[in-house]
Amino acid sequence: MSGGARLENANPLIFQRTGERLQTANDEDEDVADPIDDREIFDILSGYIPRAFNVILINFELNVVEQVRVRVDDQENTVGVEFTPTIPHCSMATLIGLSIKVKLLRSLPERFKIDVHITPGTHASEDAVNKQLADKERVAAALENSQLLEVVNQCLISNARTG
Amino acid sequence: MAAGSALLVGLVEEFVSGQQDSKAADTATGLKAGQFTILQLVEALGLHLASSQPQTRARGVQLLSNVLQQCHGDLTEREVDVLLAFYENRLKDHYVITPHVLKGMKALTKCSVLPPGSAVSILKSLFQDVHVQSLMLVERSCVYNILTQLMESRESELKGLGADFVFGFVQSVDGERDPRNLLLAFQIARKIIHGGYDLGKFTEELFEVTSCYFPIDFSPPPNDPHGITQEELILALRAVLTGTPRFAEFLLPLIIEKLDSDVQSAKVDSLQTLTACASVYEHKELAEFLPGLWASLRREVFQTASERVESAGLAALSALTACISRSVLNSDSEDYLNVFLDLVLKDCQHHLCEPDLKLVWPSAKLLQATSTASYRASHRVAAAIMPSLIEQYNSRTQCAQRRTLLEVLQGFVQPVKSSEEDESVLLDFRQSLCSIVFSALSENSAGLQITSLRVLTALSQQTVLLLESDVELAVDHLTKLILEEEDAKVSLAVVECAGALACLHPLAFISKMVPRLKGEIFSESMAQGDSATLSQEHSQQAVRQRCLTALAAVSSRPSVVQESTPVLLQVLTSSHTGTGSFSLEEVISVCHNLQRIAEHAQDTEETGRVFHDIIIPRLLGLALQAAMRGSSDHPSPLVEESVLSAMVPVISTTCARLQSQLAGQTASRAVSLFLDGDMSFLPENAFPSQIQLLKKQAGDSWRQSQMVCLLMGCVCSLPRSVEVPQMDRLLLELEELSCTCDHPFSYTSAAKCYAGLVNKRPAGEALDSLIDGTLKRISTELDCASSSVRTQAFTLLLWVAKALLLRYHPLSTALTDKLFSLLSDSELGSIAADGFSLLMSDSQDVLNRGCNADVRIMYRQRFFTENSAKLVQGFNSAAPEKKSGYLKALSHIVNYLPRQVQLTELPALLPLLLEALSCPDQAVQLSTLSCLQPVLMDPPSALITQLEALVGRTLTLTTSPAMKVRIASLRCIHALSRFPEHEIMPFRARVLRALAVPLDDLKRMVRSEAVVARNEWFLLGSPGGR
Repeated sequence: MSGGARLENANPLIFQRTGERLQTANDEDEDVADPIDDREIFDILSGYIPRAFNVILINFELNVVEQVRVRVDDQENTVGVEFTPTIPHCSMATLIGLSIKVKLLRSLPERFKIDVHITPGTHASEDAVNKQLADKERVAAALENSQLLEVVNQCLISNARTG
Repeated sequence: MAAGSALLVGLVEEFVSGQQDSKAADTATGLKAGQFTILQLVEALGLHLASSQPQTRARGVQLLSNVLQQCHGDLTEREVDVLLAFYENRLKDHYVITPHVLKGMKALTKCSVLPPGSAVSILKSLFQDVHVQSLMLVERSCVYNILTQLMESRESELKGLGADFVFGFVQSVDGERDPRNLLLAFQIARKIIHGGYDLGKFTEELFEVTSCYFPIDFSPPPNDPHGITQEELILALRAVLTGTPRFAEFLLPLIIEKLDSDVQSAKVDSLQTLTACASVYEHKELAEFLPGLWASLRREVFQTASERVESAGLAALSALTACISRSVLNSDSEDYLNVFLDLVLKDCQHHLCEPDLKLVWPSAKLLQATSTASYRASHRVAAAIMPSLIEQYNSRTQCAQRRTLLEVLQGFVQPVKSSEEDESVLLDFRQSLCSIVFSALSENSAGLQITSLRVLTALSQQTVLLLESDVELAVDHLTKLILEEEDAKVSLAVVECAGALACLHPLAFISKMVPRLKGEIFSESMAQGDSATLSQEHSQQAVRQRCLTALAAVSSRPSVVQESTPVLLQVLTSSHTGTGSFSLEEVISVCHNLQRIAEHAQDTEETGRVFHDIIIPRLLGLALQAAMRGSSDHPSPLVEESVLSAMVPVISTTCARLQSQLAGQTASRAVSLFLDGDMSFLPENAFPSQIQLLKKQAGDSWRQSQMVCLLMGCVCSLPRSVEVPQMDRLLLELEELSCTCDHPFSYTSAAKCYAGLVNKRPAGEALDSLIDGTLKRISTELDCASSSVRTQAFTLLLWVAKALLLRYHPLSTALTDKLFSLLSDSELGSIAADGFSLLMSDSQDVLNRGCNADVRIMYRQRFFTENSAKLVQGFNSAAPEKKSGYLKALSHIVNYLPRQVQLTELPALLPLLLEALSCPDQAVQLSTLSCLQPVLMDPPSALITQLEALVGRTLTLTTSPAMKVRIASLRCIHALSRFPEHEIMPFRARVLRALAVPLDDLKRMVRSEAVVARNEWFLLGSPGGR
């Protein structure tokens, strides 16, 4: 990772990291049902720091996914995640989106419909990327591609190790 | 003599022609015994040494060398001289002879009578006639050993050789590859550098021949036969490279180059080497490379992804700055330190003005590293950046930015290395720093408050920075925060800060904080009328709670203890008399806080007196009053079991920790109170004269008998050097109480007290007969199925067993065997099984090291190894419905064993543990899972053969009704994903399917475990996965 030239953005804006979720008495109570909420989705995704590439791609302190951009409706079985690439031309946007989608598919009950897209107005080719991410067939096809799956898995591995 | 020479000829013949290696030793023995001389040996060898066959000559030299290795101490100077001349000459001979020649020379260099000048001639012929790197490993090592030996014994002669010696060494080392020899070579090079040998024009060559190994990357072979580590090599090489400033011009460019490397360990090694040489170098060596070094260091800290590299980089910068700070200024030269700091400031300072951007942090760390290096540096850096940081803080309005700035400031307030005379570099900014801290304390942002509390703590550590008026202001702020701030994290930080400040400025706290807190604790509750809402009452309780915690935190100096503890005692008194409206939790919290004070206060005579003469008598007195009051009027909270249990640690911590002499006095007072009803030391003792606390009485005597727990706190925690009076009588009465009383808390406390005393009694006949008697009594009660006190007897048995087990007493086996036999008891079986958990765990209030109990190390392992077979046997022979007791006991015992022991014992126990997983008892399931989980992290092969059963049973438990069991089983499944891939792949689909269910679990904590586990299993066998 030497040589500053390869970093797409060497001095990015940083944001305070949200602290650990506080445990409440309800969490320990066997009889209380905890609904799946925004924060829980955020926690599933956080710590998700792919270092497998030789550039630091995204990082939660760099605010790729903010808590406010996660919308969950436990009753209606829907999850929506909006992510913001650090710079408008980020070449990895599709990959980031795909990784988020795969992570959620593996981590949420089947009843949920998962929608992942780029925050409006933050990426040059946002429509194209959103369309790819929304298309079930294309996502499935992408995951058939072992090279692509390998890259996605590497993102998720570093998540497991650092998270 | 003739016989000797005949013998010698025989030996030589057998060695050289007969190829019998053992004859060399015989010859050496003969020589030592004086049967023949070395001259005779050479004469006898003559023919062979002059043979035309190189093999024969080699054999001859070998015999001579082997003998010399044994006998080099017995030679005369003349003999050595001749032998050396011979050996030097032989170096020119055939190559098969060389190894033996070197061995002989090595032996000769060890002679104490080495003739003058011979060292030089040895080396000359070595360097001239031998090409070291074409020799085998052992011979090369031989050469290095000769060099080392000669450098030790003939240093001055070698120095006379001048640079030729260095040149010779360089030539022999050039190309060495074996780590063992490298270690030797590095040591020689280090001696050359440190010993003041003339490097002449070969400085660069010596550097080249060693630095070519830098940075070292070495991983020892798997079974590590030589015990050489990468660390050893790195340190040996570093000692060479950083040994002399004359290497600077070569080393520094090399370091700059290696810092560009992609390998992290190379970077770290380079940075550490830089740190090491900065302590040897002066400015003139560094000057030329400073810009380059700074550029590399800055890059490493700005862009690194690794903390190791970052901290090594900061350490190197600090060392560099310290090195430049040491340089002496000439009148005509510029100030080098200033030049360097200008460089650093130019690159870092402006980043501090952008508190939103990432580089603010590395910049701050770099500047902090330079300013910790020396007083001058800290002065310069502080003068450059403090005004702008302060100004920015005051002009920015966003909390996040202010917090960042304050955190940066905090780094600079941290201790600056300065001698006593130097005034603090921050003195000029004292005023502004204080006002920033105080303004931040009154902000509304938790993060900002917490940071400012840390800065305040740091400021207070430098005495000149806080004036008395500032301290008072700080105490006011802290008090206000304690009373008003509801955020838990801020409260914690406030309490910490108050504790730190109170250590240094007790007076301000005594005069300002303690009275305010006291007032608040006793302020009449507004919640008296019915207009008050529940939430108001809640918040008032929370305020009181914070006040109590703060009181405990500031009480470390005796003077504060004297002021704060009366407040706490007053709470107890007024809750007893019913004048204050204190809840049960508050009373318990008071006790906890008293204990905290006893734990952290300085152990001085004054503190000791407060606790032993005031607090303990007061606690005992109040408890006694409460017990005597009976159930007539409104009950005092001090008869509650939870309150008494909270008082016990106050007493036991005091007796264990504070002033053992006073503790002895307290113990004897307590004993006479409980045995004889002597109340003379209790305050306000208006009690009926006849009380017998340990005697069973009619009616609700439990209020009095349960006070035995306070006696336990007192006598069971004394240091072992302190004697307890009337021991025998005391033990007798305790046994009686524990076997006859029917109030559970009373008889358990009595049993614990008895056990605590037994644990500390000196071994001997008295103790043995005491235990025998007790065991008989217990057995009688237990064997009588109709006895009404079987539970009592069992409790006593359990505690005494623990007391003896801890100290390895031989009689403990009798007691634990009794416990094992109870596992199949229909009435006591279940509690007996749970008893094993108590036996293995650390008890909170008695029989632990804090109570000065006699606890041997590894008593758990010992117990396990002695008893596991009994347990397995018992399980196998038990009736089916009684098996679960054994499983429970087993899982309790295994659970407390260290992991290493678990791993070795697991194969034998695995069938039982798997059995335990399908046992319906949830407690058994839970404790088995939690004992399996760490073992699964590093699976032994025994587990792999049982994989089918393990996976199946664990998956079943993921749908258990108990949340904790679900969580524990998911953790085990997670751990299973680390097993060898080919073993677990067959289960992948099944596990993924089964884990979809807990993803939708009712409880979030279960879901999050399921998410982690399922994602790991997904990665298994997938491209890019594992």
